[in-house]
Amino acid sequence: MARRRTNLTGWLFISPIVVGVVAFQFFPILVSMAASLTKWDGISPPEFVGLSNFTDIFTDDPLFYTTLWNTTYFTLASIPLTVGIGFLLAVLCAQRVRGVSFFRTAFFAPYVTNVVAIGFVWFWFFHPSDGVVNGLLQQVGIHGPEWLSSSTWAMPAVILVSVWQGVGYPMIILLAGLQGIPEMLYESAKIDGASSFARVRYVTLPLLTPHFLFLLITQFISSFQVFGLIYVMTKGGPGHSTSVYIYNLYENAFAYGKMGYACALAWILFAVIASVTYAQWKLQNRWVFYA
Amino acid sequence: MSIGRLSVKAVLYVVMLVLAAAFLLPLVWMLSSSLKPEAQVLTIPPDFFPNHPLWSNYADVFGRIPVFLFNSVKLAAYNVVGILVVSSMAGYAFARLRFAGRDVAFMVLLATSIIPGIAYLIPQYIVFRQIGWIDTHYPLWVPRVLTPVFATFLMRQAFKTVPNELEDAAKIDGASTFGIYWRIMLPQTKPVLAAIAVFTFLDSWNDLFGPLIYLNSENLQTLPVALAQFQGEYFSQLSLLMAGATVSVVPVIIVFLLAQRYFIQGITMTGLK
Repeated sequence: MARRRTNLTGWLFISPIVVGVVAFQFFPILVSMAASLTKWDGISPPEFVGLSNFTDIFTDDPLFYTTLWNTTYFTLASIPLTVGIGFLLAVLCAQRVRGVSFFRTAFFAPYVTNVVAIGFVWFWFFHPSDGVVNGLLQQVGIHGPEWLSSSTWAMPAVILVSVWQGVGYPMIILLAGLQGIPEMLYESAKIDGASSFARVRYVTLPLLTPHFLFLLITQFISSFQVFGLIYVMTKGGPGHSTSVYIYNLYENAFAYGKMGYACALAWILFAVIASVTYAQWKLQNRWVFYA
Repeated sequence: MSIGRLSVKAVLYVVMLVLAAAFLLPLVWMLSSSLKPEAQVLTIPPDFFPNHPLWSNYADVFGRIPVFLFNSVKLAAYNVVGILVVSSMAGYAFARLRFAGRDVAFMVLLATSIIPGIAYLIPQYIVFRQIGWIDTHYPLWVPRVLTPVFATFLMRQAFKTVPNELEDAAKIDGASTFGIYWRIMLPQTKPVLAAIAVFTFLDSWNDLFGPLIYLNSENLQTLPVALAQFQGEYFSQLSLLMAGATVSVVPVIIVFLLAQRYFIQGITMTGLK
């Protein structure tokens, strides 16, 4: 009797989240799987079409490949830059200099700022004739490109903004990692005659590899679903040069009402993210070092 | 300190100042442009300080946005309060109560959260349309408040670190399970509650995708989406746009400065192995 009551109490405490996850995640996940096999506008009854959404996506949807490529381009460029610059900033912020908390806040401020405000500002920074970016380039004698209205330069411009906005996150993670490395290890490396380069190479970097793994996994998952910055700055253009995967999915679902097709797109995205994440996890014993 | 070390420090300082300027410049430009007359906004080289601050841009913007500001504040408040209540209750049960099916339930919650939201967004949207929730605020807080898996995970970790003695003493004094949770345990986890509150506030305040797909009526719109729509409408009134953008950023900066410690703590907690 007493046990039944403790069971009831426990389930009462978790009931809101259990109900929520079942109703708003678990159930919709099943529906989405089923819907990916149908032609469905979300209003009239779904029509079962087997795997034809998937075959259409792979054989008959040029935007699928364009947006997959654009997303890959965005991800491959932004992750090394974000994590690399984040690491440098973390090293700087780990120094014992006066006012370090000001610098940390400055590097981090863009990360908490909303994407619409950021998009506005950079939209004008990249203005071909009146923008700050080309203005600065002119000072050093470079005639800057058209940036957001050039199909070559729009994506690099978006990547630059996303890196500027995003580095604060890896910086904080790596700063915590750096501060967790025992001073003793550096001392003993010094006694063994290790140069400062060797100390970074053989003490700092190996001990940070778990943090780097965490960052690679989380940054991949979020980069592959980038949307906001693109929506505000370029709306996917010019042409489809900055159209990313979620943008295509969003348009199929909410502009063209192809709900079943968009579900299929979502599951392909999930398969890509899951397999890359699995590979990153499996490959970790080649390079990640746990102290 | 030797001359060599001193000059290293000096170089370091200069590098950090230059970098900080690069990171703050766009935000400073936004602020300064919001105070300029239209003609002074786009000049090469850019004027970083307005000649005569034009506060009327803000009066103009505030005249247009009170309802959007109210919607953003309301949704952030619902989300923060709701997620704190739901995640702390569940986190407490998972950490401190024994009951049949506890560990299975916890594993199922974690496993479900691995699937990205985009995979079930569309059925959710269709269900919300069926029950008449499109163009209401419900889709922007009800599902979020009831599925705070990650916050529950953080709360579970926090409750696990509270010493048993506190709980035992309360039990001897005859406190109920809810009393122990509310009066004894919850106050012990304030830093984590604060971290979750800050995260949730930022997520809700900065959300663009949710309002974009669920809301049509202008008077329900949140600040970011309203701003994005201003972009087309006031394309030529740049200083006005920047004033609007500044208004959307200032609360975030204030919250961040006040709660920086908790925010950073929250981020590093999530980055731990």
